[in-house]
Amino acid sequence: MKTEARLLIGLGVFVLIMGIVYGIWSKELSGTVMLIGTGILGIFPGLYYRYWSKRMAGRPEDTDAPVDAGAGFIGSFPGSSIWPFVLGMGCWLMVLALVFGSWLAVIALPTITFALAGATAEGRRGGAASH
Amino acid sequence: MVDVLEPQTAAHDDHGHDEHHGPSGIMNWLTSTDHKVIGLNYTVTSIIMLVIGGAFAMLIRAQLTTPNGSVVTLAQYNELFTMHGSVMIYLFAGPFAFGGLANYMVPIQIGAPDMAFPRLNALSYWLYLTGSITMLLGFAVAGGAANFGWVGYAPLSDALNAPGAGADLWIGALLLTGFSAIFTGVNLVATIFYLRAPGMTMFRMPIFTWNMLVTGILILLAFPVLTAGLVMLYADRHFGTHIYDANHGGVPILWQNIFWFWGHPEVYILALPFFGMVTEIIPVFSRKPLFGYKGMVFATIAIAALSTGVWAHHMFTTGTVLLPFFSFMTYLISIPTGIKFFNWIGSMWGGQIRFTAAMLFAIGFLITFLIGGITGIILASPPLDFFTHDTYFVVAHFHSVVMALVIGAMAGLYYWFPKITGRFLNERIGKAQFWFLFLGSTIFTMPGYLLGLKGMPRRMAVYTLHPEWQHLNTLSSVGAWMIGFSTILFVINAVKTTRSPKTAGPNPWDAHTLEWFTTSPPPHHNFYALPNIRSERPTWDYYHPDAPALTHDDHDPSHMPNAAKGATK
Repeated sequence: MKTEARLLIGLGVFVLIMGIVYGIWSKELSGTVMLIGTGILGIFPGLYYRYWSKRMAGRPEDTDAPVDAGAGFIGSFPGSSIWPFVLGMGCWLMVLALVFGSWLAVIALPTITFALAGATAEGRRGGAASH
Repeated sequence: MVDVLEPQTAAHDDHGHDEHHGPSGIMNWLTSTDHKVIGLNYTVTSIIMLVIGGAFAMLIRAQLTTPNGSVVTLAQYNELFTMHGSVMIYLFAGPFAFGGLANYMVPIQIGAPDMAFPRLNALSYWLYLTGSITMLLGFAVAGGAANFGWVGYAPLSDALNAPGAGADLWIGALLLTGFSAIFTGVNLVATIFYLRAPGMTMFRMPIFTWNMLVTGILILLAFPVLTAGLVMLYADRHFGTHIYDANHGGVPILWQNIFWFWGHPEVYILALPFFGMVTEIIPVFSRKPLFGYKGMVFATIAIAALSTGVWAHHMFTTGTVLLPFFSFMTYLISIPTGIKFFNWIGSMWGGQIRFTAAMLFAIGFLITFLIGGITGIILASPPLDFFTHDTYFVVAHFHSVVMALVIGAMAGLYYWFPKITGRFLNERIGKAQFWFLFLGSTIFTMPGYLLGLKGMPRRMAVYTLHPEWQHLNTLSSVGAWMIGFSTILFVINAVKTTRSPKTAGPNPWDAHTLEWFTTSPPPHHNFYALPNIRSERPTWDYYHPDAPALTHDDHDPSHMPNAAKGATK
């Protein structure tokens, strides 16, 4: 976890310093704001990783652990789900509504709501079985 | 929902415990959340986009073969070059790499059962597919497709200059594909941070995975900026705002700043995955470890960091940018890129090189990218950029870069095709394809540099006042058609291979990284077993215990390449 934190904080600090130098030198606002914002975007999650890296025991993937050190439950992965497809179609209709008229949003919004509800319920149930 | 246990060190049992019994056929395509299925969907869709974007290019080159070409009208020509660039950049190069091969390979390279968020991964694909359809729908609406160039500069893209649904479809397509990319970026970063196998420390990850991690971070930094810019563009067109409208106090240059703040990191979002692919391929076919692993990692990170500070080198001639800052930063980025080139050459140096199709494509990538990179350094100099801005010199420069990516894509496909399908692509057709693609790319781009220096502007459909430009244009068109023919060869090869037997086995190239430890194609959730991971070459270490990977402090001559001749187990 330390390497992950260093990577993000390092990138963020570099861009932040670059933003400050650029801002002072150029006095141009849009680029300065974007650079400083980008720097913070790197530093913020980096500090989160740094916080946890100091409070967690070393993970098997961060050490010379043997493969069976990772045995046990590592996550739940849905075998299949229709909801990403339904949500994708809802988002597509929403974008088409921006082009062809808001009447399409009448179909798009319920589709998106239906898909989000379905995906949430599926997650709570434990998802679609794949075995 | 499958609860996944870490793969065991014991060999696979034959009771089929790891077999997947989900939907099949079209329902599998619609509902699968398996990263391999989604990765394949991305790969096939993006190759279709490559063919469509390539067909537009063929029409453009046919039009330019003569000074007063009449293959298309002037209006159609504007649509063609806009959609050619848009399809190739937004719908082929990026999605092929980070949606296709990375989606397929990254979890396997780090010993993970899937991406961290499988349903989000599936949603990414559907947003990408619908975004692609949305963009191409522009040809079916009144007024035609977007016609303001793939960069959508204000005020060319405002409601006055680009009325009609085509421009809105272009904006909508970029919103959809932008969110698709952001979700894929989230997935890549989370997968690499949280789902690595025991022993797979950050500095043992394959370079392709490192490059995809940095690409994922760059996506998260860059794409939201473009999305925000697009929302403001749409608001200007339809909601009466004047953000980019100079007539009402807006700032058109703001669009260029926002677009290129995304656009230059995007160049590396496109390039880094292909850097990663050739970095996997070159050591394997040179029978050597990668030269300078840590140098490669730091060069990748340095490129990403510097790429956020060079955006306005696309805007030198606007007169609104700080020339020395952007010129200096652009020169700096050549240093980590140069480190990569020396490391690639160092990896081949003294090796037992096997000139397979994949290796030829990888070498072709190096040469073509080097030409694109060096001409990029030329353009980083403001005086030279002012001279060549918006000429064919610039077109030739970035086509050298993107043709290198196409060649790199072919390297990745020839290398990983046996892993994905269990079948080998035909090597003879592959080598013929390589020569047509590599020579075609060179013949296509070189005349462009000369035309640019002679003053031929980009985006012009006829050049009746300069008939002396015809010979170079005709030569460039011949190169483009060679590239087109090479694509046909690839399609023939891929179709022909679907009927060949599955003879690849788990590790046909005697390769190094973890994806070559599992079956070809890999099972559901990827592994029946994993080796202990003690270096960046766990598969090599397993098959060659007599010639383990060099540690970073190990200079024992017995570990040099000639010691690596042992037969595989």
